[in-house]
Amino acid sequence: MILNDLRKALRQNIRDYTMYFLLFLIMAVFTAMTRGLFMSSRNIANLMNQTGYIAVLAVGMTLVIVIRHIDLSVGYLAGFIGAATAIAMTRWGMPGWATIPFALALGAAAGLVTGFLVARLGIPAFVATLAGWLIYRGLLLMVTMKTGTIIIPDAFFNAIGNGYIPDIMPAETAFLPGLHKLTLLIGLVAIVLFSFSQLRARKSKQGYGFEVLPLPVFVIKLAFMAFVIGYITWIFAGYNGMSWTAVIVIVVVVIFHFVTTKTVLGRHIYAVGGNPEAAELSGISVKKITFTVFAAMGALSGLAGVLYASRLQSATTKAGEMFEMDAITAAYIGGVSAAGGVGRIAGSLVGAIVYMSLTSGMNLLSVDISLQYIVRGAVLAAAVIFDVQTRKRRG
Amino acid sequence: MENRRTMSDHILEMRGISKSFPGVKALSDVTFSVERGEIHCLVGENGAGKSTLMKVLSGVYPHGDFKGDIVLDGEARRFRHIADSEKAGIAIIYQELALVPEMSVYENIFLGHEIRKGSLVDWNDTIHQSVALMKRVRLNADPSTKIKDLGVGKQQLVEIAKALSRNVKLLILDEPTAALNEDDCDNLLEILRELKAEGVTSIMISHKLKEVIRIADTVTVLRDGRTICTLDARKGEVSEPVLIKHMVGREIDNVFPPRAKQPSEEIVLEVEGWNAWNRALGRQVLKDVAFKVRRGEIVGFAGLMGSGRTELARSLFGNPDDYRLEGRVSVEGKERGFKSPADAIDAGIAYASEDRKRNGLVLIQDVKQNVTLANLRAISKGGVVDSNAEVKVAEDYRKALNIKTPSIDQKVLNLSGGNQQKVSVAKWLFVKPKVLVLDEPTRGIDVGAKYEIYTIMNRLVEEGMSIIMISSELPEVLGMSDRVYVVSGGRVTGELPIAQASQERIMELATS
Ligand SMILES: Nc1ncnc2c1ncn2[C@@H]1O[C@H](COP(=O)(O)OP(=O)(O)OP(=O)(O)O)[C@@H](O)[C@H]1O
Ligand SMILES: [Mg+2]
Repeated sequence: MILNDLRKALRQNIRDYTMYFLLFLIMAVFTAMTRGLFMSSRNIANLMNQTGYIAVLAVGMTLVIVIRHIDLSVGYLAGFIGAATAIAMTRWGMPGWATIPFALALGAAAGLVTGFLVARLGIPAFVATLAGWLIYRGLLLMVTMKTGTIIIPDAFFNAIGNGYIPDIMPAETAFLPGLHKLTLLIGLVAIVLFSFSQLRARKSKQGYGFEVLPLPVFVIKLAFMAFVIGYITWIFAGYNGMSWTAVIVIVVVVIFHFVTTKTVLGRHIYAVGGNPEAAELSGISVKKITFTVFAAMGALSGLAGVLYASRLQSATTKAGEMFEMDAITAAYIGGVSAAGGVGRIAGSLVGAIVYMSLTSGMNLLSVDISLQYIVRGAVLAAAVIFDVQTRKRRG
Repeated sequence: MENRRTMSDHILEMRGISKSFPGVKALSDVTFSVERGEIHCLVGENGAGKSTLMKVLSGVYPHGDFKGDIVLDGEARRFRHIADSEKAGIAIIYQELALVPEMSVYENIFLGHEIRKGSLVDWNDTIHQSVALMKRVRLNADPSTKIKDLGVGKQQLVEIAKALSRNVKLLILDEPTAALNEDDCDNLLEILRELKAEGVTSIMISHKLKEVIRIADTVTVLRDGRTICTLDARKGEVSEPVLIKHMVGREIDNVFPPRAKQPSEEIVLEVEGWNAWNRALGRQVLKDVAFKVRRGEIVGFAGLMGSGRTELARSLFGNPDDYRLEGRVSVEGKERGFKSPADAIDAGIAYASEDRKRNGLVLIQDVKQNVTLANLRAISKGGVVDSNAEVKVAEDYRKALNIKTPSIDQKVLNLSGGNQQKVSVAKWLFVKPKVLVLDEPTRGIDVGAKYEIYTIMNRLVEEGMSIIMISSELPEVLGMSDRVYVVSGGRVTGELPIAQASQERIMELATS
């Protein structure tokens, strides 16, 4: 009985669950092959910090792909803005904290330029952002030409990519020794909030007499998610606790998840992606939505630039190389559809984690880089093939 | 009767066909047999399962995806793709035409089975054969015309020519006349008769009962996924009341519901000296159009397909086609200029487009998202959508318009054609406009649902809304309007109070 319900629930949301399954599989395989090293607190913490900038870019790229466009310029834009913040700090004496709004604003402005080319002048996004790709690459080289790599001395700035949130108690207390208490607390709060919101959504659906997951399945799902959140925080807590990068990624994902699923703006974005003509005739300005999405993408590129520069504690001439491809790959693994109108923020986050886990795991095993590319390509193809197949069967 | 059926020569027999979708039993134990050389019409309400049955037959739903048997020409068949059924001599023409707009007529006719000379396409022979086929379907056009430059009626003929080029034995047409004007309809029906004389068997799905009665040898009625009956027209078993009774399960004696209230004198919308030029084609599409709409009035816009009625509506509705415009529009006495559909909606004008799939609905989204799309503001606070309110709104409209769907969470893509149309109408009702422009509001809608939509239109005007109804169905224009404007060649060629309007008078003005 329960098993049957479970099977039904799984079948209906097969695409969502497959991604988690894929992630689980990758983690299990690497853990086994590295004798547990992969799932060590230290490696996971590093993995999350490396995933940060790709995850942030993938979030923006999801929206761009949802409205049937693409943005190839984000990689070098991120690299260029990273360099710009480095220059701002080292030459103009900008304080470290001010770099974040600076990068966001600069990125949003660049995004608006792309939006102008695409929405106003009607230039295909592929071409417009290919031009951007070249231009930002040139700009990056130009500003780093004289100095080469710019070393960033600002402690606050460097903590963004390398630091961890402080703890409420010293680590070596009798209570849970060696664990980061604040991180555990945050995990606990997250579990409670998640369970509450799920319960409320279920109640409200039942109030309207809608079909909901049968109670046992619902409890299993809830318990499983609680376990996942709990386990992740436990691992985090075992090293230095939650990193600032993780905090930033979570904030970005929560904001964009909220906007896409709960707001009028989000609805309009998906309607434009699903059928631009119908959206326009429904009183939605396709131009405005295009501007908004590219501006958001630009701002996120700026943020990614900060995360990356901070992680390296320097701005390099090659910063941002291939980021756009990584972001696009993560979004597709996460289930966006090139036909437009379909794709979720949470999916793209998981897509980014899957993708970076692959990279990290293969690095740990010192797999040759040539083989790494092939494996990544195969995973991307498999994810998209699976997507197309499941959609066909249901459509 | 049973006896006669088994004895006669059946080209097709479908037995015990059942097909389910998640939450919907689209067909249950349907039996359907077609005699060789007849024209067999398939009728039924929206969502009765007509299109699904034809998709089962043509292999869109492969063998194994449904229960039951298909016997074609005395041989049990198991189609795995559309290609299999095509090879067996079945051709299906969907309501949404499957032509490549940028290609010529002859390229389209032989698309997918090109005539070859060695490994190259033999264009000369292609054109030669196309001309012959075009003659057979009475298509008067240059074979090298691009499809996009032909009207819908002629495009339909190209589809038939395409089917004929494959030596079709069984031709299936799913609502072929829904988008056609009367002349094109007549022409199409005539061609079906000629094909019948040549030995082609046709199955036609239609909601236009008059033409069903004109053309059918046999009619099968489906209701709720079941075969209700098969009637023989040659024995005089087919008439409009009989069909309606079987389709709806009850009798509808009044096609157009009566209205209690008269329109007021107050003018809500006034358009003067309205001219529009299509920039891309460098052509004037509207010439000096002027008309008025009063509060609580239904104004019919009659005319032939391509007469400029849709262009008029779209140019007024925020001009999404970016025509160059000239002229004045006033809403409630105030002159207005709309830069976008959003402006027009703000001013209280709504436009439900004729082509719901292309620009009416977001097919991959569900019923409730489509219903609320044009007026999310009404159910949101601080930019956040209240999903409970949304559900309530969507449920209300589902009930009011009797939209047939397992739930409002169903993707619109999965609804039957007529129910999609109802969703599109619901979307605009929720905007609660002052003037609602309905472009072909009942295209592809069954008799029962038409009556529902007419009743709703009456209720809306009684509540003080004004409706502009663009329609190519003259009985509907005559039955519902208070006043009729006739459009021809981008001009208003006449204004008729309903008392003076008649089919003849309208046709006269429409062709002037
Ligand atoms: N792909 C699908 N997924 C889910 N339900 C479907 C799908 N296709 C059709 N249905 C459902 O099956 C039923 C029959 O649909 P069908 O399209 O055959 O109706 P129809 O008789 O052609 O109606 P109409 O006159 O409106 O075109 C409807 O309730 C419809 O919602
Ligand atoms: Mg149909």
